[in-house]
Amino acid sequence: MRYPFPVGKSDFIQGDEAIARAAILAGCRFYAGYPITPASEIFEAMALYMPLVDGVSIQMEDELASMAAIIGASWAGAKAMTATSGPGFSLMMENLGYAIMTETPVVVVDVQRGGPSTGQPTLAAQGDIMQAIWGTHGDHSLIVLSPSTVQEAFDFTIRAFNLAEKYRTPVVLLTDAEIAHMRERVYIPNPGEIEIIDRKLPANEEEAKYPFGDIHGDGVPPMPIFGKGYRTYVTGLTHDERGRPRTVDAEVHEKLIKRIIGKIENNRRDIISYHTYELDDAEIAIISTGIVSRSAVRAVKILRDRGVKAGLLKLNTIWPFDFDMIEELAERVKKIYVPEMNLGQLYHLVKEGANGKAEVELIAKIGGEVHTPMEIVERVVG
Amino acid sequence: MYLRSAYEIRDKYLRKDMLPTIFCPGCGIGSALQYTLRAIDDLKLNPDEIVWVSGIGCSSRVPGFVNFDGLHTTHGRALAFATGIKLANPNLKIIAFMGDGDAAAIGGNHFIHAIRRNLDVTVILINNFTYGMTGGQVAPTALKGLRGTTAPYGQFENPFDIADLAVSAGANYVARWSVFNYLQGINSIKKALQKEGFTLVEFLSPCPISFGRRNRMKTAPELLRWYQKITVPLAKAKKMPPEELEGKIVIGEFVDRDRPGLVREYEAYKKRAKKMMGWEE
Ligand SMILES: Cc1ncc(C[n+]2csc(CCOP(=O)(O)OP(=O)(O)O)c2C)c(N)n1
Ligand code: SF4
Repeated sequence: MRYPFPVGKSDFIQGDEAIARAAILAGCRFYAGYPITPASEIFEAMALYMPLVDGVSIQMEDELASMAAIIGASWAGAKAMTATSGPGFSLMMENLGYAIMTETPVVVVDVQRGGPSTGQPTLAAQGDIMQAIWGTHGDHSLIVLSPSTVQEAFDFTIRAFNLAEKYRTPVVLLTDAEIAHMRERVYIPNPGEIEIIDRKLPANEEEAKYPFGDIHGDGVPPMPIFGKGYRTYVTGLTHDERGRPRTVDAEVHEKLIKRIIGKIENNRRDIISYHTYELDDAEIAIISTGIVSRSAVRAVKILRDRGVKAGLLKLNTIWPFDFDMIEELAERVKKIYVPEMNLGQLYHLVKEGANGKAEVELIAKIGGEVHTPMEIVERVVG
Repeated sequence: MYLRSAYEIRDKYLRKDMLPTIFCPGCGIGSALQYTLRAIDDLKLNPDEIVWVSGIGCSSRVPGFVNFDGLHTTHGRALAFATGIKLANPNLKIIAFMGDGDAAAIGGNHFIHAIRRNLDVTVILINNFTYGMTGGQVAPTALKGLRGTTAPYGQFENPFDIADLAVSAGANYVARWSVFNYLQGINSIKKALQKEGFTLVEFLSPCPISFGRRNRMKTAPELLRWYQKITVPLAKAKKMPPEELEGKIVIGEFVDRDRPGLVREYEAYKKRAKKMMGWEE
């Protein structure tokens, strides 16, 4: 297979470009989108590459349609992705819920910018954390990943596809304008170097009869994609294991929703990923995600130089959330700081995790600029 | 055309374990469904290669009752989902079953853009002038003066002529019938299913329960007589002065052309891309 970009070597590229290249290497062959800053470059790269690798890139009439199209493509057997920013992400929420309910593997990239509303189109923010986790209606779960470098934007995109396929669920890659537009050295591996996971297909007719059941006992039913003669009916209504609508049956609803949430919750160990830095003997913990983690690493260095035993927990997965790990950490440290580019979204999750075992303090910053390391240091040393 | 008995069609294509349907007595959706299945049967299309797509509404429940692959999606968005299915696997033939509210109100944008792209899909559109599933609110097709729960004193807005809209937006095939024109209906669906690009067969369909009751037409026969009164065949309409056409609905075949469909356009685009990049001659 020929690729429209160099593989097996490093390149100096933007975050958005890295996401597009990773998607193609992960096997994505369907992209639908609607332009929005700061996510447009993902679309533009996909528009360049997709026809060359026999994939599809199409500009839809809006984000509702983009989200719908990738779900349709996924049921037709393709790995599919869309990318947007806050306002477009809001428009996708109804169909994001549909993807959760119908257990459709898709990847949705949200390149965060300052909001609410059209807010600050060109500036970075982390204001969509709650939207990514809880934006759609009803009881549900999904997976949210958050990179902090261009290399991670690349790596996490591949991981997003793998997790989506493995757990038959939408995966949100939550990045931001800063990473989207910054250029960094990224290693673009050879296809042979990457682990690629594909969705489970039904092994036989019998398995295909239960596209929403739990025939393997792992909570993830094989996906009978369209056109294979399985005659699968897919609906966003509450449905039984065979996919038949059962809208007023409390038991059926509870069983379905609990399985959909359970297949994520029961695999937390596999899905949750984080990095620690100087955390083992830390008395002060900084917990952050995405772009802010880079300032936090530097802040920890400065604090250590000043004799403060500080350490960093950088969250790569922000949903499912590891409340237990935060509680264990809270038992070990004196205080937890949460620097983030919003007025306290990750902070709420961390506080709940800490469960009163340690004081948790928010270091909020909005307006478009990332915290400087000194801004974090000064808040810690007082 | 050989007309099989309705029982044969039912046994061959419906999911027995999903019956009975949710449709009220006198509802026209079942007829449109039967015509579609008859067209498929007559053309000997392979059901394994057909996907039914729908939005939300009474009419959109149809894919659940037929034994085909089916995607019952969100209100108004069926054609956007269909775009993904068709482009990801062009071998699949797509039938979109939708309501007038679904297609022309919440889904209006997807509808006109799917037509503009000439998405390869056959749309069977159930026009009952109302929102059946939610209990009889006015639809954007409701003629002036018709009553609905959200216009209890009679609709004051202008209606959309969906077929007209589809012709202007660029559809390859557009026909409109009432569900009582069964032969024309089946023939139109057959034509639509054989063409590439966007094809639309709109059916004026009785909804005695949500619509008729509020407009002094409680039964299907009353609605039938009303349809006879308000519909005008295309040939006749061409000779009528505009004043006389006021409040009437023209039925017939509005357009039948062969512009290239989206799949063919995209295939050519891919070739062009590879050529421009020097990947191919
Ligand atoms: C986003 C959204 N808004 C509103 C609804 C409620 N709703 C369900 S069906 C429907 C209208 C159905 O009317 P139509 O499309 O004409 O189909 P019919 O039932 O008449 O066949 C509405 C408004 C919904 N399901 N989703
Ligand atoms: S409400 Fe109207 S459209 Fe819906 S099933 Fe009943 S008659 Fe048919």
